[in-house]
Amino acid sequence: MAKVTIDGIEVEVADGTTILNAARQIGGEVVPPAMCYYSSLKDTGGKCRVCLVKVTQGSAKDPRPMPKLVASCRTPVMDGMVVQNITSQEVLEARKGVVEFLLINHPLDCPICDQAGECDLQNLAYEHGAAKTRYEEDRRTFEKIDIGDKIKLHMTRCILCYRCTFVADQLTNERVHGVINRGDASEISTYIEKAVDNEFSGNMIDVCPVGALTDKTFRFKSRVWFTKPLDAHRNCDKCCGKVVLWTKGDDVLRVSARKDQYGEVKEYICNECRYDHKNMNDWTIEGPRHIDKHSVISQNHYEKIDMQKLKLDIERQIQFQKGKQLPETNQSPA
Amino acid sequence: MSEQIKPIQFSAETMDLVQRIIKRYPEGRQKSALLPILHIAQAEFDGWLSTPVMDYVASILSIKPIEVYEVASFYTMFNLEPVGKCLIEVCQTGPCWLRGADDIVEHFEKKLNIKVGETTADGMFTLKTVECLGSCGTAPMLQCGSDYYENLTTEKVDTLIEKLRSSNQRSTYMKSNMQEI
Amino acid sequence: MARLLEHINVPGINTFDVYRKHGGYKSVEKALKTMTPDEVTEEVKKSGLRGRGGAGFPAGMKWSFLDRKSDKPRYLVCNADESEPGTFKDRYLMEKIPHVLIEGMITSSYALGAKTSYIYVRGEYMYIIRILEKAIEEARANGFLGKNILGTDYSLELYVQPGGGAYICGEETALLESLEGKRGNPRLKPPFPAVAGLYASPTVVNNVETISAVCSIVNESGDEYAKIGVGKSTGTKLISASGHINKPGVYEIELGLPVEEFIYSDQYCGGIWKGRKLKAVVAGGSSVPILPAELILKTAKGEPRLMSYESLSDGGFATGTMLGSGGFIVMDETACIVRNLWTFTRFYHHESCGQCSPCREGTGWMEKVLHRIEHGHGHMEDIDLLVDVAKKIEGNTICPLGDAAAWPVASAIRHFREEFEYHVKYPEKVKNPKHFELEPFRSEKVLAGV
Ligand SMILES: Cc1cc2nc3c(=O)[nH]c(=O)nc-3n(C[C@H](O)[C@H](O)[C@H](O)COP(=O)(O)O)c2cc1C
Ligand code: SF4
Ligand code: SF4
Ligand code: FES
Ligand code: FES
Repeated sequence: MAKVTIDGIEVEVADGTTILNAARQIGGEVVPPAMCYYSSLKDTGGKCRVCLVKVTQGSAKDPRPMPKLVASCRTPVMDGMVVQNITSQEVLEARKGVVEFLLINHPLDCPICDQAGECDLQNLAYEHGAAKTRYEEDRRTFEKIDIGDKIKLHMTRCILCYRCTFVADQLTNERVHGVINRGDASEISTYIEKAVDNEFSGNMIDVCPVGALTDKTFRFKSRVWFTKPLDAHRNCDKCCGKVVLWTKGDDVLRVSARKDQYGEVKEYICNECRYDHKNMNDWTIEGPRHIDKHSVISQNHYEKIDMQKLKLDIERQIQFQKGKQLPETNQSPA
Repeated sequence: MSEQIKPIQFSAETMDLVQRIIKRYPEGRQKSALLPILHIAQAEFDGWLSTPVMDYVASILSIKPIEVYEVASFYTMFNLEPVGKCLIEVCQTGPCWLRGADDIVEHFEKKLNIKVGETTADGMFTLKTVECLGSCGTAPMLQCGSDYYENLTTEKVDTLIEKLRSSNQRSTYMKSNMQEI
Repeated sequence: MARLLEHINVPGINTFDVYRKHGGYKSVEKALKTMTPDEVTEEVKKSGLRGRGGAGFPAGMKWSFLDRKSDKPRYLVCNADESEPGTFKDRYLMEKIPHVLIEGMITSSYALGAKTSYIYVRGEYMYIIRILEKAIEEARANGFLGKNILGTDYSLELYVQPGGGAYICGEETALLESLEGKRGNPRLKPPFPAVAGLYASPTVVNNVETISAVCSIVNESGDEYAKIGVGKSTGTKLISASGHINKPGVYEIELGLPVEEFIYSDQYCGGIWKGRKLKAVVAGGSSVPILPAELILKTAKGEPRLMSYESLSDGGFATGTMLGSGGFIVMDETACIVRNLWTFTRFYHHESCGQCSPCREGTGWMEKVLHRIEHGHGHMEDIDLLVDVAKKIEGNTICPLGDAAAWPVASAIRHFREEFEYHVKYPEKVKNPKHFELEPFRSEKVLAGV
């Protein structure tokens, strides 16, 4: 076991635990955000850099601070380690920088993006970003493409977290998509016209932190905040069968895996559950899905979503991208 | 663009070399041979890597095609589209720029009547600007196939264009086609 | 002490026979027949030899970190990726005296207990690969490679691996990825290569020049080697000199040589070309901070600046720089600092692997802003914006390429801010790409050189 102090709170965790997971054991404000790390996918993390923290004391044995900020998702704790997350101005500044980097080439299409309301980048930008972009160059754009008949890829929105490639490597036996080109020309692609078609490929949609991979079978194209999420399950011989149904009236508009408070899926679902059972009768309904307060759409719960606030959120996003200064806070008018 | 005429298959001799390269690495690490084999494939199949060629390389190494696409598109020496017989790569980074690389590029554009990134109508030359080739002490310079041409002047460029045209050979990274200039 | 380039002008020195006649492969004989691997490592430690690839990490110490308890095979990988703008010394060495590298590889592999070693050469140096392969064949034919070298029970296979065109593969973990046939994405550390490198086995990665220097260290002892140079900068260093000088080329200097002598002596650069004045120098390859004439010749304290790790970094980044890879790029009074910087930033933008967001997005951003300024479309705020973007990249990335992209920007603005402002103020003048050739930028500060 190792004792580690994060933002002044001490926690004891198993050896080899990362700083991020130690912070998650404490919970609350001290948990760094994570855009590329995904605990149920091996080797993820380290890339987006939003989880950077400051290690002011390396360990009890070697108390020297670490010279640079470290990626908390990939740095194991040491006994006696002291970490600063939100108590370090340096960390907050660096994080603000990373958020800005992630946004400079991100499109201005939140109002028409399927992910709006459940986008990790949107949440991150509100909590950690500046209110104004300084980027006035041309943005990178890509054509949107279908990868198979079930998944749409809006590469323009991708933040290159690599999670979907890890899904394909670790959950399926035949990866046909990957990262091609390099630098800021990198893109998620099958390179040739090829369908991503595999029993578990649909999980790519759930792990994608932004609206780059979306479910083409999302029926009636409803905004997510007009839908009512229900926990449900069925007996499935391929997967756990535990899902969230996104419903409107008696219609099942979309089926997804269940995400925890950090937006992570712990139990993946198969494509049959995801795509082929859009009928309420196929499922045993457990009850309404509890939505974490983290999410932009959830402050008031889905049924009575505060439309006023939502409108403000989206406007704020657009204004950010246009570089106009807006109030720092994200409060909806009383 | 030009059709791939040759069947996609290495000659027996090339295949022998490929197999020897694979043996340089431990058992199960045959993917290590990917870069050397892509170089060989590019030289063998008209100076670029078409999808069928990359799929062929994948099959030789028993890896997934996407693994080859990912790698080939990462490295600048692999052409994923057809190029002219002579790919002229002029270095434009700081040290070369300090000694007049811009003038060399401009001269090529004028002489060949193409812009950087384009291929002449006869398919003989493609002009490309590249980053430092480790020849800054003999700047300005260019690479054509495996050959370095250094201390360039516009006169030398004229001679080079002429000689390459009359040699009418495809230059590849695998074989020298050095011209006296 | 024998120098690396001592026999460079001997005709046929690129062949085994001539090289051997001039004392070649003696270190292999000495090490394999009279020394234990640990004794060889000990000599390298004593020599104080520091990595010549850029970071200057003590080679002996790196060797001693190699996990010798692991039951996995160990590897020595030579980094011949040489792609840092301004650097061409490894190419020169491998082209002219390939056997010194082969000899160094054998002796070093023996010290590290490697049974298979690789030399990773940037793909563009394909003709160098042929030269090395020929040298390896010769060495093998003469019993210096293969099974039971010189009748001892030490066996070694040595292979040359081509890259595919990617500067980032010079970063040692990206190099290992590339050698495994993958994209050149640097790995997250730890684990370090000494524990889990090539094929997850203990691995040492060293630069061409570092490995070549091992030959004379073993021949003449580490203590002898440590006698040359100055302080912790022991030995000789190959410097690639380029830019606006009379005699560009590769020079082997004893560390500690005054910078002024290096620039102006006929033995080395031979002074600034066309009788012009010195304006600025990038002393260690494009990644290191640029210094104006007065700061490269003398430190802020007014002492003569020397070609050594310590002296070049004297004053920190405020007034100093780094020895880096020894790529010495000289600019005369007509050079435009902004345009030169733009080419560097374009380079880093082009070479970023794209894995981590600050470098992937930040390098492109900086390039675009610099392109605007240089082409007469800049705003005054852009200058501070560049400083801030560089600051947000620096230290926050997976590998040091992010820092390498940030430092040139930060230092150019630190020392030449007036010139950036000039570009913003006089857009019409800078629209001509040769603006300062027509009329050098005059500033008391930057033209205080000799
Ligand atoms: C972006 C980047 C590029 C590098 N390129 C090279 C290179 O081309 N050659 C080299 O020897 N080292 C290069 N290095 C340094 C290597 O990572 C490594 O430190 C070096 O090979 C170790 O050898 P040495 O200790 O003998 O210098 C580079 C580092 C970075 C971050
Ligand atoms: S498509 Fe989504 S999951 Fe895949 S790399 Fe991009 S952002 Fe990540
Ligand atoms: S710093 Fe740049 S080159 Fe290095 S890992 Fe990150 S994106 Fe790749
Ligand atoms: S979550 Fe740690 S770097 Fe992305
Ligand atoms: S800058 Fe052109 S070869 Fe180095």
